[in-house]
Amino acid sequence: MNFKFQFMKYRKVAGIASLIIFLVSVLSLSFRGLSLGLDFSGGTLVEITYENPVNLEAIRETLVINGFQDSQVVNFGTNLDVLIKVADQNGNSSIGDAVYSLLNSNGFVGELKRVEFVGPQVGAELRDQGGLGMLVALFMILMYVAFRFQYKFALGAVTALGHDVVIILGLFSIFAWDFDLTVLAALLAVIGYSLNDTIVVSDRIRENFRTQREMEPQAMIDLSLNQTLGRTIVTSLTTLLVLFALFIFGGEMIKGFSLALILGVLVGTYSSIYVVANMLMSLTLIQDDLAIPEPEGADFDELP
Amino acid sequence: MLGFIYALPNLYPTQPSIQLAYTDTGKSADQSLLNEIQNTLDERNVEYDEILLRDNKIVLKFQNIDQQLESKTILQNKLLDRVIVALNLEPTTPDWLKDLGGKPLKLGLDLSGGVHFLLEVDIDTAQQGRLELLLDTYRKTFKEDRLKVNSSGIKDLKLHFTFQDRESYNKALAKYKTDSPGINGIQYVITERPSSNTLLLEYSDIALREIRDYAVGQNLVTLRNRVNELGVSEPIVQRQGANRIVVQLPGVQDPTAAKKIIGKTANLEFRLEANSRTSPLRKEEFSFKDNEYATASLEKAVVVTGDRVTNANTGFDESGLSQVNITLDMQGGRAMQKATSGNIGRGLAVLFVEQKSKSELITDANGNSIIEQTSYIEKNIISLATIQAVLGTSFRITGVGSPQEASELALLLRAGALAAPMKFVEERTVGPSLGKENIELGMKSIVIGLTLVVLFMAFYYRVFGLAANISLFINLVLITGIMSLLGATLTLPGIAGIVLTVGMAVDANVLIFARIREELKEKDPQSAIRDGFSRAFITILDANITTLIAALILYVIGTGPVKGFAITLSIGIITSMFTAIMCTRAIVNLVYGNKNIKELKI
Repeated sequence: MNFKFQFMKYRKVAGIASLIIFLVSVLSLSFRGLSLGLDFSGGTLVEITYENPVNLEAIRETLVINGFQDSQVVNFGTNLDVLIKVADQNGNSSIGDAVYSLLNSNGFVGELKRVEFVGPQVGAELRDQGGLGMLVALFMILMYVAFRFQYKFALGAVTALGHDVVIILGLFSIFAWDFDLTVLAALLAVIGYSLNDTIVVSDRIRENFRTQREMEPQAMIDLSLNQTLGRTIVTSLTTLLVLFALFIFGGEMIKGFSLALILGVLVGTYSSIYVVANMLMSLTLIQDDLAIPEPEGADFDELP
Repeated sequence: MLGFIYALPNLYPTQPSIQLAYTDTGKSADQSLLNEIQNTLDERNVEYDEILLRDNKIVLKFQNIDQQLESKTILQNKLLDRVIVALNLEPTTPDWLKDLGGKPLKLGLDLSGGVHFLLEVDIDTAQQGRLELLLDTYRKTFKEDRLKVNSSGIKDLKLHFTFQDRESYNKALAKYKTDSPGINGIQYVITERPSSNTLLLEYSDIALREIRDYAVGQNLVTLRNRVNELGVSEPIVQRQGANRIVVQLPGVQDPTAAKKIIGKTANLEFRLEANSRTSPLRKEEFSFKDNEYATASLEKAVVVTGDRVTNANTGFDESGLSQVNITLDMQGGRAMQKATSGNIGRGLAVLFVEQKSKSELITDANGNSIIEQTSYIEKNIISLATIQAVLGTSFRITGVGSPQEASELALLLRAGALAAPMKFVEERTVGPSLGKENIELGMKSIVIGLTLVVLFMAFYYRVFGLAANISLFINLVLITGIMSLLGATLTLPGIAGIVLTVGMAVDANVLIFARIREELKEKDPQSAIRDGFSRAFITILDANITTLIAALILYVIGTGPVKGFAITLSIGIITSMFTAIMCTRAIVNLVYGNKNIKELKI
C-alpha cells in the first residue's frame, strides 16, 4: 500500500485540537477530579448475586436505616449482581461481613461473590505510589529515547505520552468512570504501547533524514509517516481486535481496564502521528541533529 | 523446545483430592493414620485413586468430586477433631515431567477464589511498651545512684527526665552514653537541654529497626501457627514491606471464620499453683500440653496475660543447663512482683490458651446426621516451676530439659504473646463461583481475540501471515511455559496481559513484513526478505525495550493482580520478540529459502 497523505499540512489544526482536548481534560481533572475506585479511595465493597432481580432502592433503604448512610448500591453487569460500596469508617475491616449478614437477615438472600476492604492509609499509599510510578516511567523513557535518538525526539515522545495519559485521565474524569488499580495498570500499558508507535515513527524519520538529504523536513516527515502508516494501522487494528474481545467477553471486573486500553490505543496512534511529528517540526529538527559522525580515515569493508 | 516441556503440565487436568494432617502441628501423619483412613474408606466402599504420605500429610486422590465430598464427610465423621481435612485439587502431572521441575501455573486468588488479608503491625505500641520498660529501669537506676529527678515521663515516643541540678544531669548523661552502644550500633538518640536540665531519649533508627523486625517476625510465627489451624492446602503468610504481613488463603469459603482465628487475641496466662490454703472454689485443674494424663491445680486468679510478654528466648544458666528468659512489660512486671513477693517457694504455671473448634456428629430435626462445629477454649500447662525469688519484668525458667525443649517452650511463649497488636488494613474475598467465572471469561476472550488476529493476519499477509500465526502460537506456549517454570501466579489482569500480548506480538512481524514489501520495490525477493528482517530488527528492539521499562515499573509499584499483569506483559514482550524474529524467520526460510523466487506475495 502506498499512502501519500500530507499529514503536516494539517499540523496546526491537529495541534490546536490536541491542545483544546488536553486543556479540557486538565480542567475536568482539577475541578471534577477522578472518581477513585476502592483501591485508591479506601472503603468496603461487597458483590452479591441474587437468583431473582432485586430492588436496589429497597437495599439502599435497608442500609441507610441501619447506619450505612454513605453507601452506593448499583447493578454490576447483570441485574442479578448487586455491588455495594460503603465509605471507609475509621479503618473498620468488618463492614463487608456486617452488610452481607444485614441484607441476608432482611430478606435479601443471595450468594456472596466478593468482599474487598482497603484501609484508608493503604489507599493513600497506592495513590502516591501510582502517581510516582507514572512519573518515574515517563522519566526513564525520556532518558532512554534521548540516549538512543536525540533529545528532540525524547521531548516529542514524552510530550506524546503525557498527552495520551492526560486525555485518558480526562475522559475517565468527564464520564466519571471508576479509576482503580487495573485502570492505572492499563495506563502504564498505554504508555508502553503509545511509545511503541512513537519509536517506530521516530525511527523512520531518523533513517530518512540520514538517507534522503535533499528533502525538506516537512516533506520528509510526511514521507516517513506515510511509510509507517500501513504498519501503524495493522498493529492498532490487531490490538483493538483483542481489546474489544476483552471488553465484550472479559467480564465486569476488567471492563475499566480494557476501556482504558482501547482509548489508549486510539489516542496513542493519533499522537504518534501528530504530536511527535508536530513537536519535531516546532523544535525545527535539522539534518545535523542526526548526522552520523564521519569516520576518520578509510576503512576496508566487506561488500554487503 | 524447553518452553513446550514446561508448558505441558498445564495441559493435564487437575484431580480432586483431600489432604489430611493432624490437628496437633507437632504430630506428623504416619502409616497408622494412613491405614486407619484406608480401612474406613474400604468399609464404606468408597473408591479412591491413590493414597500416599507426603510432607507430613496424607493425600487422597479421587476420580470425581462426588467421591471426594463423600469421603470428606465420612472421614470427618470418623476422625472428628484429630485431623484437619482440607479439600484440594491435585495436578496430574506425570512423574517424568515433575522430575524435570515441570508444574502447572498457580492461580491467583481472583481465579481460584479465597481470601487475601493484609495486616499491619502496630510498631508504635511495641515501641511504647519498650519505652515504659526503659523508663522504669532508669527511674530505679537514678534512684540508686541518688540523682535528683524532678519529673520524668514519656511523650511522643520520647523519654523525658528533668533533673534538679546540673550534677545529676551530667551523671545521667554519662550513664545514657555508656548504655547507648547496642549490639549493632548506637542504641539511643540523646537530646540535651542543659538550660532546663532536661534529657530526652529516643530509640535510634537501628534500634527501631530491631524492634520492628522482632515484632513483625514474632507476629509472622504466630500467624503461621494460626493459619495452620485453618486446614488450608496452600496458605501464604509473608512479610510485605516494613511492617505489614500478607496472608492468602486460597479456597477458603468462610472469610469471617478465618478472620476470627487469624485475629485472635493474646493467649498465655501466668497463674500461681494452688496450695493447701487455696479454697476449692478458687482453683481449677488443668492438664499438661505434652502429657494429657498429668494434671495440676492452679488458682483461678490470673497474674499476668500473654499480651504483657514482650520477649522470650533461650539461654544457658551458670551450670550450662538450658533456660528460658522471659521479659514482661512494665505493667506485667509490677503485677508479677506483687504476686511473687509473698509466695517464694510456691509453683508458678504458664497456661497456653487456644481457641479451637470441635466437630460433633448430631442428628437434626429431619433425622439426617450432620456435623456441627462449635468453638471452645482449651487451656494447657506448658510450664510449672518453683518461684525462687521475687520476679519483676525479666526473669528466667530453669530446669527446662534439653536445649530443644527449651526452644520449644520459648516458641510457645512467643506464639502465645503478640509482640505488637495487628490490624487488618486490606481484605479481599473472592467467592469460588466468581473465580470460576473469571477463568471462563478470561479464556473466552483469549480464544476470541486470538481467532480474530489469526484470521486477519492470514487474510492480509497470506503465507507470511501463516508464518506469523505459527509464531504467535509458539509465543503463547512459551509464555505459559516460562510462567510455569518461574512459578508465577496467573491472575485475571494477567490473562488480560496475555490477551494484550497476543494483539501486540504481531506488531514485530507486521514491521518486518511492511519492510519487506518496501524492499521488494527495488530488490529481488531473497535480498528483500533478508534486508527486511535485519532493518526492522533495530526498530523492534527500541520499541520493545521502552515497553519493557513501563512493564518493570508496573511490577515494582503494583500489588497482587497488577503485579500479575506486569509479569505476563514482561514475559510476553520478551518471548514475542524472540518468536517474531527467530521463529518467523525460520518458517519463512523453510518456505522460500534457497529457491529462486520470481514473485513474492505479501
